[in-house]
Amino acid sequence: MAIAIAIAALVLFSIAFQLLTPWWLTPLESNWRSIDTALDVTMWVCGFFFVALNAFLALSIIRYRHRRGHRAHYDPESVTLERRLTVWTAVGIAALLAPGLIAWKEFVTVPKDAAVFEAVGQQWQWSFRFPGKDGVLGTVNSRQISPDNPFGLDPDDPYGRDDILVEGSEVHLPRGRPIKAVLRSKDVLHDFFVPQIRSKMDLVPGTVTYFWFTPTRTGRFEILCAELCGVGHYTMRGAMVVDEKPAFDAWLSQQPTFAQLMAEAAPAAPAAAAGRNGSPAKSVN
Amino acid sequence: MAYTTIADDTRALHHPKTWVGKYVWSQDHKVIALQYSGTAIAVGVVALVLSDLMRLQLGFPDTFKFITPSSYLQFMTMHGMIMVIYLLTALLLGGFGNYLIPLMLGARDMVFPFVNMLSYWVYLVAVLVLLASFFVPGGPTGAGWTLYPPQAILPGTPGRDWGIILMLASLAIFIVAFTMGGLNYVTTVLQARTRGMTLMRMPCSVWGIFVATILGLLAFPALFVAAVMMMLDRVVGTSFFMPSLVSMGQQTNFNGGSPILFQHLFWFFGHPEVYIVALPAFGIVSDLISCHARKNIFGYRMMVWAIIVIGALSLFVWAHHMYVSGMNPYFGFFFATSTLVIAVPTAIKVYNWLLTLWRGDIHLRVPMLFAIGFIFTFIHGGLTGLFLGNVSVDVPLSDTFFVVGHFHMVMGVSPILVIFGAIYHWYPKITGRMWNTTLGQIHFWITFLGVYAIYLPMHYLGFLGVPRRYYALGETAFIPHSAHVANEVITVAALIVGAAQLVFFYNMIWSYFKGPKADGNPWGATTLEWQTPQTPPAHGNWGPKLPVVYRWAYDYSVPGAPQDFVPQNVPPEPVTAHAT
Repeated sequence: MAIAIAIAALVLFSIAFQLLTPWWLTPLESNWRSIDTALDVTMWVCGFFFVALNAFLALSIIRYRHRRGHRAHYDPESVTLERRLTVWTAVGIAALLAPGLIAWKEFVTVPKDAAVFEAVGQQWQWSFRFPGKDGVLGTVNSRQISPDNPFGLDPDDPYGRDDILVEGSEVHLPRGRPIKAVLRSKDVLHDFFVPQIRSKMDLVPGTVTYFWFTPTRTGRFEILCAELCGVGHYTMRGAMVVDEKPAFDAWLSQQPTFAQLMAEAAPAAPAAAAGRNGSPAKSVN
Repeated sequence: MAYTTIADDTRALHHPKTWVGKYVWSQDHKVIALQYSGTAIAVGVVALVLSDLMRLQLGFPDTFKFITPSSYLQFMTMHGMIMVIYLLTALLLGGFGNYLIPLMLGARDMVFPFVNMLSYWVYLVAVLVLLASFFVPGGPTGAGWTLYPPQAILPGTPGRDWGIILMLASLAIFIVAFTMGGLNYVTTVLQARTRGMTLMRMPCSVWGIFVATILGLLAFPALFVAAVMMMLDRVVGTSFFMPSLVSMGQQTNFNGGSPILFQHLFWFFGHPEVYIVALPAFGIVSDLISCHARKNIFGYRMMVWAIIVIGALSLFVWAHHMYVSGMNPYFGFFFATSTLVIAVPTAIKVYNWLLTLWRGDIHLRVPMLFAIGFIFTFIHGGLTGLFLGNVSVDVPLSDTFFVVGHFHMVMGVSPILVIFGAIYHWYPKITGRMWNTTLGQIHFWITFLGVYAIYLPMHYLGFLGVPRRYYALGETAFIPHSAHVANEVITVAALIVGAAQLVFFYNMIWSYFKGPKADGNPWGATTLEWQTPQTPPAHGNWGPKLPVVYRWAYDYSVPGAPQDFVPQNVPPEPVTAHAT
């Protein structure tokens, strides 16, 4: 009997918790309304089943708890009932899967006009790269990564020379435009996670991953690494600052290009830099 | 008739003559089951302590100086791996599988008793190798229980020198042990059933263990090769999972490997692993509910088919752990659909448990309390799984505390509640003694309410976006102070639940010596293990004659029968004779 009351109380407690919780999704600051919608639909469908099944559980225990002289019914199965329950469950599942898949279709379809930036992860910090005036990210090779060339850009690739490099852990992005985040890691797995934009993706060494979003509000958002990346995982923070377009352009114009950084590094140690950056790449490819 | 003469010939059993032969190098499935269970529970206590240490750090950061970022990751990794593999898998299959399969099927023992013995001792070696990693330089690995490369074998991760090597070696050894045990369980189920015990008369417990074992035999090899390949990457310098990369500013010699390949191999094992744990629990809880509700399991045929279908489908859903791993995103459509399809047979199981209670005669004994607690936590954990399976909903929730809350409810708490229920249920048969009811109830209530206090808030922290595997949250703008308070409350609850397990151990040990003598069939159960001539059953289980089975395992409250249960080995005639 106590267990039936406990089950009922836990259900009521869960409903109250859901309604009063101080911890819920952060306000949405991107285009991913469809993800929130799919989540809401899932919550409603699951909430209904949670309450209905547990109510039935509590009711069964109360009504059919053992009493003197009471005997259970002999009731092996009911094909009709089981078939009906199967169908209705399938309907419920389809109802929540549909918005999920629709949102996923959107997720895998990057808009053609999306602006591109690259987030680069390493233990335990972020850096960023923009494609520059030509709109193309230059080729990179992890064998070329060195203190003078932290992004591993190919110095001989003309597309790379105008790439804009942001070595701090803070990146600015323009508001109101689809953005394709291209992700790359120098060492281990990381994950670009800004809770307010909902979408996230792992950074995987040896390959380039991506996802997209449209920032809808200006402001400063924390970037967390969401894939365990070693002992400093919890300290791998960055910042994503969403600006209006003019402010963003002003910020971007202050960041150095790869060519500028090369020119700065060159007078100091021209021969060494060229040797380190140039020759291994050729032998690898 | 050939099989009966062999089966009834007890001379083939080689009764042990020495104490060592009887209790140490034992080939008796019941002793091996207890060896497996004892070892699994002992190592599980280590994992429980590790979880409380983690909770201390999360609830009260900057308080415990001995918990460093490295040791936190090590606690976390060892907690996860021990609980999933060395406790749950070993206890449900090596423990309950060993004890129940021969007894429930009317066999004298496993078909390969020597291999069965070997299985336990190899498992013990795996456990010792794993525990040894606490004492090597650098300590155990802190790579997370998923051991994702490249991080797992690079500097920057604790235990990179020796811990990871011992972990991979231990896993490989465990899989050898599991394979020996698993082949035994499957062969025994298929070959050693007593006369009349058709497959569709087997208790659900055996069905769950049987299908889980087949899954294990199919899935563990993927983990085995992954462990061997990673070992080669770590020790010999191959590049199976290692692309060209720069570690701590240093170029490495790795080139051309794929970290995502490891994830596919790991989860091709890892998802079936969830069902390797869940299916035996499903089966056992079906029998507990049926027995203590004095009513047949509702829709037995559907329950069996659901177990088989869930097992088969579980081999096709692994990449739902990898929606944001960087694999081809189009896989998401397939894996979201296959994952949510599994929800249908799983829901049927829940319906049938509920419909078994409906119009039953529910005795709320301690095993039944745990079974009902399981239904509640499993409904909760199953439904939150729909969030994570539903690909786009997974994106904001993956790698957050929502995931931690979900999998602990569904494959931590739920199977553990079944295990407790099962231990209370079969304890009288195993020891010949009854436990103390009051202590059992105290244990249940603290555990059941406590785990909900631990895991419910975690889901909401996950909605908020609190990431998992963080040593400390620090100052984060979107995480309000109240979330830190939640972490404190969760920690206090975890410590209470952890301490409450002492009540369980006290009850089990005290009752073994002082508990009242148990009747051979105290619950009035129908299945064969309760019909043995001795309690606890002797070596060979059945005396001179094997039981013969005449009916299914669920003849409870049959109209016209004199008692509210008819054991499986009661022939049809006497029942009607008594009734008329």
